[in-house]
Amino acid sequence: MPQHDVLVIGAGLAGMRAAIEAHRHGANVAVVSKVHPVRSHSNAAQGGINAAMPEEGREDDWESHAFDTVKGSDYLGDQDAIEIMAREAPSDIIELEHMGVIFNRDERGRLGARSFGGASFARTFFVADITGQAILHVMYEQLMKAGIFVYEEWFVTSLIMLDGACKGAVAMDMLSGRIEPIQAKSVILASGGLGRVYEPSTNAMICTGDGIALAYNAGAPLLDMEMVQYHPTTLPANGALLSEAARGEGAYLINNEGERFMGNPRNPYYAPNKMELASRDVVSRAERVEIDAGRGVDGAILLDCRHLGKQKILERLSQIRELGIQFAGVDIVEEPIRIVPGMHYQMGGIKTDVNGATSIEGLYAAGECACISLHGGNRLGANSLLETVVFGRRAGVTSAQYASSVTQPVISNSIKSDEENRIQAILNRDPTNDPPAAIRLAMGQSMHNNVAVFRDEEGLKKSREDIAQLKQRYAQASINDKGKVFNYNLISYLELGFMLDCAETIVAGAIERKESRGAHTRTDYPERDDENWLRHTLVTLKDGEPHMDFLPVTITRWQPQARTY
Amino acid sequence: MEVAVKIKRFNRESGSGPYYEDFKVECDEHEMVLDALIKIREYQDQSLALRCSCRSAICGSCAMRVNGHAGLACNTKITDALARSDTIVVEPVGNTTVVKDLVVDAKPFWEKIGKVQPWLSPTGPTPDHEYIVDNSAMLALNQVMGCIMCGACVSDCTVLEVDKRFLGPAALAKALRFAGDPRDGIQAERLQKLGGPGGIWDCTHCFECVQVCPKGVAPMDQILDLRRKAVENGFVNNNGARHAESLANSVKRSGWLDEKRLIVESYGFKNVGALLGLIPTALRSLLARKMPPLIHHKRPGADKVKRIFEKLESKQ
Repeated sequence: MPQHDVLVIGAGLAGMRAAIEAHRHGANVAVVSKVHPVRSHSNAAQGGINAAMPEEGREDDWESHAFDTVKGSDYLGDQDAIEIMAREAPSDIIELEHMGVIFNRDERGRLGARSFGGASFARTFFVADITGQAILHVMYEQLMKAGIFVYEEWFVTSLIMLDGACKGAVAMDMLSGRIEPIQAKSVILASGGLGRVYEPSTNAMICTGDGIALAYNAGAPLLDMEMVQYHPTTLPANGALLSEAARGEGAYLINNEGERFMGNPRNPYYAPNKMELASRDVVSRAERVEIDAGRGVDGAILLDCRHLGKQKILERLSQIRELGIQFAGVDIVEEPIRIVPGMHYQMGGIKTDVNGATSIEGLYAAGECACISLHGGNRLGANSLLETVVFGRRAGVTSAQYASSVTQPVISNSIKSDEENRIQAILNRDPTNDPPAAIRLAMGQSMHNNVAVFRDEEGLKKSREDIAQLKQRYAQASINDKGKVFNYNLISYLELGFMLDCAETIVAGAIERKESRGAHTRTDYPERDDENWLRHTLVTLKDGEPHMDFLPVTITRWQPQARTY
Repeated sequence: MEVAVKIKRFNRESGSGPYYEDFKVECDEHEMVLDALIKIREYQDQSLALRCSCRSAICGSCAMRVNGHAGLACNTKITDALARSDTIVVEPVGNTTVVKDLVVDAKPFWEKIGKVQPWLSPTGPTPDHEYIVDNSAMLALNQVMGCIMCGACVSDCTVLEVDKRFLGPAALAKALRFAGDPRDGIQAERLQKLGGPGGIWDCTHCFECVQVCPKGVAPMDQILDLRRKAVENGFVNNNGARHAESLANSVKRSGWLDEKRLIVESYGFKNVGALLGLIPTALRSLLARKMPPLIHHKRPGADKVKRIFEKLESKQ
């Protein structure tokens, strides 16, 4: 049985950053990932990474960054965690630059920033509109440099639990189909988001909430799962994301009257000051209102970049232009492009403290699968890349320190055979005519119809029933591919199980929270209710059912105020 | 519309060789080849193996051959793929080993990336703040940084087809990402290494990698840039650099290529072993009447060619 001090599950930015830091702290580290590290979804972050780096000609300070994040979160973010993120952001970005990220520069050769939604100053550092890709590839360079071992294309099926502590993971080598327990003194979940729970979603097909479900099934509580972000600019055809960088560079959102509706008070979510650069939840709601009021264009809103000019578009928004041409047949240099709000990001996740520790001994989490909570009810653009490096690093430190304080436990060999038997039983099921893809589609549509930008009790309960029924179908569904080598049929089935667990917790949280805050807008409870709901929802698996609890929000210096942009 | 897709299948567990299988799948005209493949995998044959993830041409998972040319299935439009053929033929990428259906062994690809010391290697003291560099230097790297490591270029590289030692377009483009980065401290060392066997001088400028790259990285252009940098840094003591120099000198002198001299100068006059090894080739070309004339005459108008060279050289 392979043994490591620290096992990182997931090789996106948070996972690799955590692995590198744990390695620096002397731990024997390995990373396990179902895809090659550079295929990870951190790639998709286009616009940039936030940090307040005040200097001559750039007025800003970390408190402003922290306040914008608190306000963006609709006061649900924990302010101690947000303060850490805002304070530590500059040094982490400088470190990325030293690692080799080719950040955009100003005329003095210093780092140059762009504006982003919900931010008081231009503090988003970027590489054209491929910031996530540029950082992810550099982080992988550093992983290679450190010589950290990667279990590449290994799929984690469960966590190894011993006396209430996490001691590694059981994984399947997708190349051979072999199941192998990987023993570790501590485990970091950095497995990313759960976008595929929804259909459509901007997320990659690998974003199936594996880590969130693994932790939930191991007994770890999840925080604020109802907080699901819809991004204001996604393509109607396939849900592909057009970065906030477009609006950051000055693009307009217009309705079928050619009007910038973010400035018109007839829309209840208008934002006279920030206009298109209000927080994402606000802009998505405003778009939905326009479309529902019949002021859309074929059920969509128009993103207009024409006035930015060809040169700026080619230099800074070239990927967006490419996506528009490829997926919508529209060149943003020439004409406006149709966009809709689309499911994009999970603010909630595995509850962790500011050092990445979950409620389970030896188990840590970082990145989108974790909830510290930084983003509360709504994440600001370009804070997610920042979260991965700041809190990936911190989880790397704590997990390595914890690993050095414990000894390698004795793991029973039956763990391997038990997992082999469990999976073989799935493969042995009698054939049914109910492919996993059909179940996933039904789940995704139910979530998109009822647990989206606007929600109400009736719809949420409908989704709760849908998910319960789909779980029954799931328990019967069969796997047609009986082979060992790259059995994607089996992998997608296991992923679907993770997604159904995630969907159940999202719906449970959304039914519970009887107010409107951030991305969670209840038409039956339209106001924010600080008196009763300035608190986190906490969902734990008890007797096979989601069990709800609540936790207070940590407030350090910013008392809740009305939120206008 | 109903789309006909022919997929090259292989499963090493079955013990039999590769074969082609035909599918029919209902697609919208805005959809991509990947959409068709996903529908086939989800509802027709769940054992179909392919890597795919982002659907937005950013993760680099779904490189494969569509109608004979490598590219990303996720940004190849079905209508484009059907423009010159009734059936979309989908095969795994080339120059590697197939594992199952469209899934290939990616190890050799990454091993070659690993050979170019693929991380920034500054040498001086680390500054407290960021490195101060010109924005134009960073923008110049955008093109190579746009590489998503999908391997389409490696698949269709004509040199790799005959010489497995060639580092290949992806690894060399990655090398430029450091050799062209003003923050890197070992650029000369990099350029010297890249001049060795399997390196920058082994590309034959066939343009295939430029053609198939889905991200406009133009690996061949990056290789040519590396050559320029290598020569500028004085790394001319190798066959490739001597070949380029001899070719240019020959054209400058006589208006056209002196093939005999090119061979001798590329290997170096003193490289007797290599030159003796060329005798069989020379004999074969003599027998096939392909031997260049013994005396290399100037072309008419060679003086004009020479003036072009001189004008260019004076500009540099």
